[in-house]
Amino acid sequence: MSARLAVRDLTKHYGGVQALAGVSLHVDAGEVLGVVGDNGAGKSTMLKILSGAIFPSSGEVLLDDRPVRFASPAAAHQAGIATVYQDLALAGQRDVVANFFLGRERLAGNWLARRVGWLDGRAMAAHTVSELARLRTSIPDVRLASRDLSGGQRQALAIARAAAWTGKVLLLDEPTSALGVEQQEQVLDLVRRVSAEGIAVILISHQMTDVLAVCDRAVVLRLGVVAATLSGTELTSENLIGYITGAMPGRES
Amino acid sequence: MAGTRAPAPAADRLPLHHALWRRSRAVVRDLWIGGVLLALIVAFSVDSPYFLTRANWLNTSSTATEVLLLAVGETFVICAGGIDLSVGAVLGFAGTAGAWVMSQLTAGQPAGAEVGVVALGFAAAVAAGLAFGLVNGFLVAWAGIPPFVVTLGTLGIATGFGYLLNNGQEISAIPGSVTTFGNDNLGGWVPVPVLITAVITIWCGLLLARTRFGAYALSIGDSREAVVRAGINDRRYLLEIYTLSGVLAGVAAVLVMARLGAGSPDSGATDNLNAIAAVVIGGASLFGGRGTIIGSVIGTGIIAVLLTGLVLINVPPFWQEVAVGAVLIAAVYIDQLRNRKASRK
Repeated sequence: MSARLAVRDLTKHYGGVQALAGVSLHVDAGEVLGVVGDNGAGKSTMLKILSGAIFPSSGEVLLDDRPVRFASPAAAHQAGIATVYQDLALAGQRDVVANFFLGRERLAGNWLARRVGWLDGRAMAAHTVSELARLRTSIPDVRLASRDLSGGQRQALAIARAAAWTGKVLLLDEPTSALGVEQQEQVLDLVRRVSAEGIAVILISHQMTDVLAVCDRAVVLRLGVVAATLSGTELTSENLIGYITGAMPGRES
Repeated sequence: MAGTRAPAPAADRLPLHHALWRRSRAVVRDLWIGGVLLALIVAFSVDSPYFLTRANWLNTSSTATEVLLLAVGETFVICAGGIDLSVGAVLGFAGTAGAWVMSQLTAGQPAGAEVGVVALGFAAAVAAGLAFGLVNGFLVAWAGIPPFVVTLGTLGIATGFGYLLNNGQEISAIPGSVTTFGNDNLGGWVPVPVLITAVITIWCGLLLARTRFGAYALSIGDSREAVVRAGINDRRYLLEIYTLSGVLAGVAAVLVMARLGAGSPDSGATDNLNAIAAVVIGGASLFGGRGTIIGSVIGTGIIAVLLTGLVLINVPPFWQEVAVGAVLIAAVYIDQLRNRKASRK
């Protein structure tokens, strides 16, 4: 099976600082790949390259085996890669429907409505309700302002939106970092359901419990290279921490 | 493969009555300011037998149209997180420019070729508003200069241009049919300027609440970052929003010119703050992301009723400005209290 998204020998340097020094990894459709590492290991540089925010210095990114190079986050988005950053990028006073459809509003059918940009509010609300229900989020009312939702519900809205509009790869940056235990559990459930629909998920996190709970495999970055790729019985808290801290010597660089 | 299905989480779900309460709160906020307007109308009617008369309605409504048109454009700007301080000055300049065009074309012409002259004059006024709107929008969206600074600058520029056209004097050498148009009314009750303003206001109300343009205006004001990340061309929409504000100032200039029979560079001087006050009294947030046209209509109504009502109950006219300022501060304060109370829940 060919990978949905793969990177080969990716490097990135800022002046003399080597942020990534040759990283290769891949993620399949329907798989959750964890990317872990200490501060400065190269996690956010990797995220920025994959989401189209910056270009790599060398190496290539393959989407469905085709080399891609994203000129902007919008281009990455267009190609089917969505990123949910920690700040979620929700408009707080706007309701759930407006946030869910932001940038992809559905217009009413006739030509006059299309000319003036008349929104098909009813269809948008119905679609939001059904999408959120399908992913089993706990958002009680799609007419609530997004700032009136709980932290877990906001995160769920951002993930559901990204999943609904991209379909290929979902990049999640620390999705549970600001949440309570119960809400973390909810978000992780949602991540499982999104991947079960065939979306390749890359979860960037320093919460070992998250990685152990939802990831099929985990890539440990250390000082800009892959220290280890762990899966199955090897994917344990001790191993993750060992490779992250360097207590266990890297075996893949 | 991760295929483990978990049951839907039941915790963290808000009870339904809680959700309904949150939604009704927004409606109540919109209604209470309407209640204030109603109370003012009742109070002035009791105090003065002249308040609920046709003459007072015609007087109040035609002056309110200018403020309302500016307030409608300002609503979009404020919802988008900006401010347009230039609208009053642009109104004055646009009216003077329109009158200047007409006076130049009329000079030495026989009467009778009026229709074309009037049309060109009106077009010039609207074009002047459009030009200032484009400049404001471009400087805010592309040059990234704060709206307060940009529009404070164009306020000065528009005022200066208005004075330059005729050495600071108003221009009254315009065709008489302009005044006829401006003071005509339907059935004795609906002045033509009021009708035009009503049509524009309803259209803009739908534009803000029901179209993609309005949705983007509100979202830009709420979180420009979210809008940019969603791949929306925020600059294009900001340009259009400030341009709309400028065009409406141009239309307001036409109506003022038609009512007074002259183009005066000072004609919008007090409308500026009244328009912003009307929008804010109507519940729009100066931080962006929240506001409605119906709110701005009610806000304009409160200001117009205060201005004419105080005269009718023999309060010296200088108190009008004081009253408007006090109402503005009170409205914002009450709104803040409500928000603070809501966010503690």
